[in-house]
Amino acid sequence: MPDLGIYIHIPFCVRKCSYCDFLSFSAGEETGKDYLDALICEIREKGPQYRGYIITSVFIGGGTPSSVPSGHITKILRTVRENFEVSEDCEISMESNPGTLTEEKLKEYKKAGINRLSMGLQSASDRELSWLGRIHTFAGFLASYDLVIKSGFKNVNIDLMYGIPGQTKASWEKTLREVLGLNPRPTHISAYSLIVEEGTPFYEIYGEAAGGRENGKDPERQYPPLPSEEEERNMDKITEDILSKYGYHRYEISNYAKKGFECRHNLRYWKRGEYLGLGLGAASFTDNIRYRNTDDLSVYLRRGFRKEDYQVLSEREQMEEFMFLGLRLTEGILTDEFERVFRKPFPKRYWDVIYRYENLCFIELEDSPEGLRVRLTPKGRDISNRILSEFLFDP
Amino acid sequence: MDQSRIRNFCIVAHIDHGKSTLADRIIERTGLLTSREMQEQVLDNMDLERERGITIKAQAVRTVYKAKDGKEYILNLIDTPGHVDFNYEVSRSLAACDGAILVVDAAQGIEAQTLANVYLALDHDLEVFPVINKIDLPSAEPERVMNEIEDVIGIEAKNAPLISAKNGIGIDEVLEAIVERLPAPTGDENAPLKALIFDSLYDSYRGVIVFMRIRDGRVSRGTKIRMMATGAVFDVVEVGTFGAGQFIPCEELSAGMVGYLTASIKNVRDTAVGDTVTDDRNPCSEPLPGYKKVLSMVYCGMYPADGAKYPDLRDALEKLQLNDASLSYEPETSVALGFGFRCGFLGLLHLEIIEERLEREYNLDLVTTAPSVIYHVYKTNGEMIELTNPSNLPDPSEIEYMEEPFVSAEIMVTTEYIGPIMELCQQRRGRYLGMEYIEQTRALLKYELPLNEIIYDFFDALKSKSRGYASFDYELKGYEKSELVKLDILINKEEVDALSFIVHRDGAYERGRKMCEKLKDEIPRHLFEIPIQAAIGGKVIARETIKALRKDVLAKCYGGDITRKKKLLEKQKEGKKRMRQFGNVEIPQRAFMSVLKLDEE
Repeated sequence: MPDLGIYIHIPFCVRKCSYCDFLSFSAGEETGKDYLDALICEIREKGPQYRGYIITSVFIGGGTPSSVPSGHITKILRTVRENFEVSEDCEISMESNPGTLTEEKLKEYKKAGINRLSMGLQSASDRELSWLGRIHTFAGFLASYDLVIKSGFKNVNIDLMYGIPGQTKASWEKTLREVLGLNPRPTHISAYSLIVEEGTPFYEIYGEAAGGRENGKDPERQYPPLPSEEEERNMDKITEDILSKYGYHRYEISNYAKKGFECRHNLRYWKRGEYLGLGLGAASFTDNIRYRNTDDLSVYLRRGFRKEDYQVLSEREQMEEFMFLGLRLTEGILTDEFERVFRKPFPKRYWDVIYRYENLCFIELEDSPEGLRVRLTPKGRDISNRILSEFLFDP
Repeated sequence: MDQSRIRNFCIVAHIDHGKSTLADRIIERTGLLTSREMQEQVLDNMDLERERGITIKAQAVRTVYKAKDGKEYILNLIDTPGHVDFNYEVSRSLAACDGAILVVDAAQGIEAQTLANVYLALDHDLEVFPVINKIDLPSAEPERVMNEIEDVIGIEAKNAPLISAKNGIGIDEVLEAIVERLPAPTGDENAPLKALIFDSLYDSYRGVIVFMRIRDGRVSRGTKIRMMATGAVFDVVEVGTFGAGQFIPCEELSAGMVGYLTASIKNVRDTAVGDTVTDDRNPCSEPLPGYKKVLSMVYCGMYPADGAKYPDLRDALEKLQLNDASLSYEPETSVALGFGFRCGFLGLLHLEIIEERLEREYNLDLVTTAPSVIYHVYKTNGEMIELTNPSNLPDPSEIEYMEEPFVSAEIMVTTEYIGPIMELCQQRRGRYLGMEYIEQTRALLKYELPLNEIIYDFFDALKSKSRGYASFDYELKGYEKSELVKLDILINKEEVDALSFIVHRDGAYERGRKMCEKLKDEIPRHLFEIPIQAAIGGKVIARETIKALRKDVLAKCYGGDITRKKKLLEKQKEGKKRMRQFGNVEIPQRAFMSVLKLDEE
């Protein structure tokens, strides 16, 4: 039976962070309730279309799913179970933010079936947290983490962020040490490097138009400068150095896990597994088709579940994806697998790219028992966009 | 044909003083066309000329004017190009005339090109009478301008018609003055054919259409003609005169007339401007004076941005050359740019026009290398080479000495800007020859300048230093020995031939440093550090370093929105396409052009 992942989007936050360009906003209770109704309706509508699929991962993301009443989460997951076939050992993740978690909520999540909780800590420095526009403090996080553990969650991820304003290598190392000092340690750590996205408050300060990273525009001098690229790459390097000593292995550009605790849902994205996105703006990939839900809340609330940006992937596009998604993983790709999937020899132009970057030590090859592996070296990972773009065919 | 009823004339003026507008009014007033049929500027029918406001190709028009004496006169108006790059073409157009109207702006007075053109007209023994244009401007000072014309040029201006070509004021006076004050032609209809070619046009059906002024004799369908300089012989298929924007066939052209002929001529090179057309069976004893072979003054490499378009570029150049005998080209190769052509032009404007036409009319994306003049390189073995491509410079040990071309330049400027202009000329290695005060507030500066200092951006610099008031004219003076060096640019330790150029030793350091700085801005960061060096004969004189790219990674997965991620990669790939691969380094095409504009602050 084919397996399927489900992503559920909760687009609400207490407050939007200064760097965030995800689909989220603060909203009143009424809107939250209306959204839940629409979402439930969508789950019921989509369920019957996926008969014969078994759900092996569910990911509730946002926004901040923990900012809405916990009853909503219970209702969502119950409806999913009523309308889809959910496997016994299904990974059910939910994102949360410290400051929105209570003992009661956590109890209810546990009961609803959440078995993997992700916590957005970002930094252990209160100054850095305030620059990011976060609502919590480090002390607040510690209190929430205690509650999470007490409530019986064994599989916990902590989101961290480096390359943020005012951060130094020392302060980043301190953040890592604080996280490693938790008892018990989390099973999974995501370490993202900050990206200054257009349309965010940070873009006004640090964006290209404002003079870029090192000489940002900040008339009120509220924000310190971003670390230089050099410092930022050093932070990336010490992350891997330190975390590996504690048994976390980097399985993807931004993700570290103890053995066996890799996020199944996350891996699905890079391995081109199928998933169904539910809720506002959620992306789906099923039957070799990529599409999205509307990102217009008023349309969604009127049950506008039409598929947007509908794209049937050509063979070339599938090959491109195989490469640029697979190479995000530390293990890289197997050329034999490529040939198995596409029933075609590994393209010559891909070999050309691989050899070129292999020469520059950005790519390495390994003759493993499963076949020839191609993966990015740590140096290659730093500039992965450059390399990955080379695997796109000419239009 | 009664020659006393013919007037062959041209209009000379400084740019923007209203030459084309006056021509339009004359054509309009003589009634050949109704106002509705008039294009705004009948004589300028190329798009490009219209946009630039410059007349490039000489053309002619024949109109019929009924004068106050009740007789009908044929007025042949021959248009002349208005830029110094086309000096020779101007001179041949003038040679086809008997008289000229000098148009002077009532507010601006005499400018550099006014003088250059009027002297050229007087040199060709043309009868010149002035008209003062734009008298309806609030700033018009016709009295002052009349005095200026009399003082500076020395022709009578007291009776000059005061006109506004734009608003149609005073046009009848101009027409009467043409009939009264300009001489009629005085050729001998019975002498052997002797006609001056002043322009030609390639038509894909008729072949070359030759524009000419008949000095003596007659020509009609069937005449076997010979081009005296090129020696080519043809049988005339058709002769005719110029309507406004059309060709009107006639039986015969005879002495004093201006018209065209076709003779199934395949190549404009056979009909060089300035050549004399004669009757092959009954030739004239000697050709008309003044013929010169047109020489290219400025050269540059032109390469297709997409190497696969090389044949397209060749075809396009071939087609352009059909109409433009002063364009030359030959194939060359560059390590950096691949296959292309070394093209020769009359000057920088000519270069820019050709470049634009290639891009616009032939849809080609071009990479152009720095323009170069022709250097004379004297080798130790006694050989002299004419160098048009800096990368072909022989090894310094084989060079005895080098010479570069100099021009005599005249710059007209209001006195307040004399300082900055002199400073500019000094910077460009100019030699001050003298200064004449045209009137109290205006002076004519005379300089000798190396041609390679004015082909880049001299004109722009002149305009900006004088707030647009300075005007400029030059002609080639000759070659002089000079301390020249080849400046090479090394990117990632490898010489990029397309960026090499010849420069005077004194300016080499400054130029090298600026080039490196500019290239540092233009070349994106790579995965490795890239040194950019300027070197003379292997010795590095300037260096910049492009730091290696350390980070280009997308952390987030956007909740499974793979399409968004792919768009980002596509954008990256797209940027790469506009690059030239050079070794391991990708150089954006604009970088090759941007180094020409080093002086923009």
